[in-house]
Amino acid sequence: MRMLLVDDSVTMRRIQKTQINGLGITDIIEAGDGQEALGKLKSNMPIDMVLLDWNMPVMDGMAFLKTVRADEAFKDVKVIMCTSESEKSKVVEALKSGANNYIVKPFTPEALKEKIGM
Amino acid sequence: MNVAYINPFINATAACFKNMVFVEAKQGTPQIKKEPYPRYDISGIIGLSGGAQGSISLCFPMQSALDIVSKMIGAPITEPGTDLADAVGEIANIIAGFAKRDLVGLNLSISLPNVIISSHVLSGMSGVGTIIVPFTCPLGPFAMEVSLKTAS
Repeated sequence: MRMLLVDDSVTMRRIQKTQINGLGITDIIEAGDGQEALGKLKSNMPIDMVLLDWNMPVMDGMAFLKTVRADEAFKDVKVIMCTSESEKSKVVEALKSGANNYIVKPFTPEALKEKIGM
Repeated sequence: MNVAYINPFINATAACFKNMVFVEAKQGTPQIKKEPYPRYDISGIIGLSGGAQGSISLCFPMQSALDIVSKMIGAPITEPGTDLADAVGEIANIIAGFAKRDLVGLNLSISLPNVIISSHVLSGMSGVGTIIVPFTCPLGPFAMEVSLKTAS
């Protein structure tokens, strides 16, 4: 499995990468905002899953999600929102916009594992 | 400022430390901020807007911040720098975001984090009281400052 981690916080990417490595996934690409993520998605396909923050500079996670879901080339890419946005309305908005799952920070390693479906 | 708005931030701090730092953060008695203002070495600040305006800050002595962030990322951080600033900002971001879930009526939006490194005091919004909540955890003390102006 190849995974794209998108978060403007280097700390969060580091934590997520460690946890995901622990699940046996080592093919991991990182991006610090939605725009950088779009470029890395296009140039590193096939990517199976994107772990996506919401609040980021340049291009936020929702804009990235809508762009990806509008492109047939990425129809099989699973997107899991991994964000501090915790209200139900935000969860609904993300799922309606095409996110496959949603995890709220702060999350436990077990919760991340469950959401990824490992 | 309505003190009822403090509890979601306290609960979010406890959850953040339990799930991401793997230690228990125990709150002390919340206080109204008065002069002389406490000094901190590093603070992560999130602006709040929407149905209320203000900020939430997570404020640390340097050694507490270094030890908490080292535990959080699973690697030693021994001096202030970009790694420490990023992590402190992310802690503040997580706490603000998690607290929003219990403040739905305020329809809050949160800013990207700002981080101050070096000895400093924080001043709250003019005319709005700031609540300071002291915390202790096995990795050292820290504090949360919340300043929130609501219509009522």
